[in-house]
Amino acid sequence: MSVNFTINGKPASSAAPSTTPLLWVIREDLKLTGTKFGCGAGLCGACMVHIDGKRAFSCQTQVSEVAGKSITTIEGLSADSSHPVQKAWIAERVPQCGYCQSGQIMSAADLLKQNPKPTRDEILEHMSTNICRCGTYPRIVRAIERVVREG
Amino acid sequence: MSKHTKLFEAAVSRRQVMVGAAGLSFAFVATRAVSAAVLTTGPTGQVLNPWISIAADGTITIMSAATEMGQGSLTALPLIIAEELDADWSKVRITPAPPLDQIYGNPIFGGMMYTAGSTAVTAYYKPLRTIGAQVRRVLLDNAARKLGVTVDELTTEPSLVVHVKSGRKLSYGDIAAFAEVPKEAPAVKPEDLKKPSAFRLISKDVMRVEIPAKVNGSAKYSIDVQLPGMLYGTVVRAPVEGALPSSFDERGVRAIEGVIQAVKLPYGVGIIASTAWAAFAAQQVVADSVRWSRDGAAWGFDSDKGLEVFTAAVRDPDRKATDFFKLGDTRSEMPRAASTMDQVYLCDYAYHAQMEPLNAVASVSPAGDSAEIWCGTQSQTMAQEATAKALGIGRDKVKLNDLLMGGGFGRRGSRDMDFVIDAVLLSQAARAPVKVMWTREDDVRNGRFRPLSAHYLKAGFDASGAPMAYQHRLAGDRVTPFADPLRYEKAGKKDFILMLGADLKGYDVPNQLVEQIYEDTGVRTSPLRGISFTANKFAAETFVDEIAVRNGVDPLKYRLQLLGKAPRAVAVVERVAAMANWGRKVEGRGFGIAFLDYAGSQVAGIIEISLERETGKIKAHNFWCAIDCGVAVQPDNIIAQTEGSAIYGLGLVLSERISIRDGAVEQSNFYDYLVPRLNEVPLLHTEIVQTDNHPTGVGQMSTPLVAPAISNAVMQLTGVRLRHAPFTPERVKAALG
Repeated sequence: MSVNFTINGKPASSAAPSTTPLLWVIREDLKLTGTKFGCGAGLCGACMVHIDGKRAFSCQTQVSEVAGKSITTIEGLSADSSHPVQKAWIAERVPQCGYCQSGQIMSAADLLKQNPKPTRDEILEHMSTNICRCGTYPRIVRAIERVVREG
Repeated sequence: MSKHTKLFEAAVSRRQVMVGAAGLSFAFVATRAVSAAVLTTGPTGQVLNPWISIAADGTITIMSAATEMGQGSLTALPLIIAEELDADWSKVRITPAPPLDQIYGNPIFGGMMYTAGSTAVTAYYKPLRTIGAQVRRVLLDNAARKLGVTVDELTTEPSLVVHVKSGRKLSYGDIAAFAEVPKEAPAVKPEDLKKPSAFRLISKDVMRVEIPAKVNGSAKYSIDVQLPGMLYGTVVRAPVEGALPSSFDERGVRAIEGVIQAVKLPYGVGIIASTAWAAFAAQQVVADSVRWSRDGAAWGFDSDKGLEVFTAAVRDPDRKATDFFKLGDTRSEMPRAASTMDQVYLCDYAYHAQMEPLNAVASVSPAGDSAEIWCGTQSQTMAQEATAKALGIGRDKVKLNDLLMGGGFGRRGSRDMDFVIDAVLLSQAARAPVKVMWTREDDVRNGRFRPLSAHYLKAGFDASGAPMAYQHRLAGDRVTPFADPLRYEKAGKKDFILMLGADLKGYDVPNQLVEQIYEDTGVRTSPLRGISFTANKFAAETFVDEIAVRNGVDPLKYRLQLLGKAPRAVAVVERVAAMANWGRKVEGRGFGIAFLDYAGSQVAGIIEISLERETGKIKAHNFWCAIDCGVAVQPDNIIAQTEGSAIYGLGLVLSERISIRDGAVEQSNFYDYLVPRLNEVPLLHTEIVQTDNHPTGVGQMSTPLVAPAISNAVMQLTGVRLRHAPFTPERVKAALG
């Protein structure tokens, strides 16, 4: 039984067992490796994608749940790193090891879509779903504040 | 922001770069100029891959000897070469150096390729400047011949040789097209190198080369590698190092669709499957059914009881200990002290928690006589050697592809390269390429930890109250013998990964003694960000604070008194005091300071905290930090590393704790191993104290500041002293009574 959905604007299907986490379908079958495996338990946010425009842990989403839905991964956020969040991430030189940053960017983009002018507390609250072990947190806040400021 | 633009050549395109760089190659660099440590490791006759290549179109390819785990060395090391080469940075391409120790080895680690200890810039700074200057000199000599002038009439602008008198110019690309490379590298004296005032790249902040790829998902880590015909592997490791699998539910494993085979390994059970999900599902079946032998030392070990044993050991003056560090004669002087004080500090095991769970890809030839591996490793040398050893083949039969690391923090530098060998053994069994991925639970339970340790500190004071003798007796789970037996032997059986930083470097205390009581619980251990300094400076810097409080002296002033003979130390302490406006009182807040000299880098930090008495939860509000790491090669990155290191230190002291029961790790994922999240970190204020000293490390220097600073701040706020890290809410509540 294959599942049909849209990913980064293109139709896709998966014949993986229905309980397979979407994460592994995205990474290993569709070869979109920008979405990362960090904990497999919805605790770190490295696997964050957008499903129908809202952020979701792809490691906690079974592939059967996305039938007919539209998924965006870091590769689909923009074609050329031109999304305001990506531009701000470069301007503030956020990444260190970079492994968590796809998930951080997807979370930040989700926040700003729903709330274009978040307060500092709202930023902290929303972004605390995502762990960065290198400790880029101060720059994550600065980058989001830059988007708020510059649009 | 930098005006410079750069391209990063990933490992996969290395060959294209080399093929495309049909220009000048400088293959002489290892023969003379690089430090002796590199020269002695082997013959240089096979030097085929140079540091620098220049193509006719002006493209300059520079090898990076360090691997990249987020610390920025992939940019910083080539930048040092480019500075002295006077390269146009926009024309530079950086490529990971192949595993040729005799050319690219880290001088601090006996010439093996190993990115650890925050040593990359400090170790390679002089050799790379010299190499850059030598190649520049070769370009000048060739240009002089071509232009018919003497070399002293020539100068360079970025990627250009200029004859000022005639206004003639030759680009490096033009010269590369006709240049003759001398057999012997030209001599370059230290005074031939640029003065810091002439730097165009160093201290100017160029964009780290791999950052653009890290915002669009294109940065490649080993977990992202996919090969034709690749299979997936998982491994169930013994809960205790040394135990062997005796049985497991093989039938249950085979019943899972996609599983190809289960393999008994010397240390566990491996699964090979056609999909990642099948490999994980089968791993669960094995984990639920496997029985282990009772081989291995750690069975029966309980970390809480172990810490009691360690504590009793350090408190027992008759317990045999080995001297690790001696200054003056503490044994003679301590008994002469007019007064003494002593105290015990304790640290639990801690886990790296790099965000990319360990993994590797291997493709062993069907005959087993060669292999190709893809991994994120802190040591190209160790990865290649461990693979060769596992297969019983020569190191030259192992092709290494080192990729970006999703964090390292010391975990990816163990001599045995456990996570690489998983892939090698499963590929050998499958006769196909295999990607082995650890789950987060694997990564925690098979972690190699910052060791459990107990610290007995004693100070003796003269009649005026000045400290004259210091003793630090440390009982800690051995690290170097487990993590790197080879270096342990070479270091004369000194467990430096456990012991460094236990002295009072910088402070004017004439007699100092650091002793080790050797403990081996069988638990897996490793260097971890901040290494031994996280535990040893927690003890030492908290103790210094306790002395100040006992003497009724302001802790900052007390440190300045004791640091009187160390002007660079005084400068960072004074700077951080000014940044934090030290001495002010804020209702409900406590302020604590700490200082350390970490391998030459001078760092001082002040933290501002509050404490919720009902829960025992400590909240950090501000952390000010000043660092003098000598020449600041990449200042913005130094700030970033210092911020990140402090956040790492915050987790180690407030919430991160590994406990062991019957030899096995009790924690398993981010719900019971709590690392800092964004809403828990203080505002960070970091400043660099710029000096012209030889550059020293930055990747972990502020980590050890946080634990003592918080202990000192809690003391100031509550009058209660915390001496057992981490300061979990339960412990804080218990201490407050």
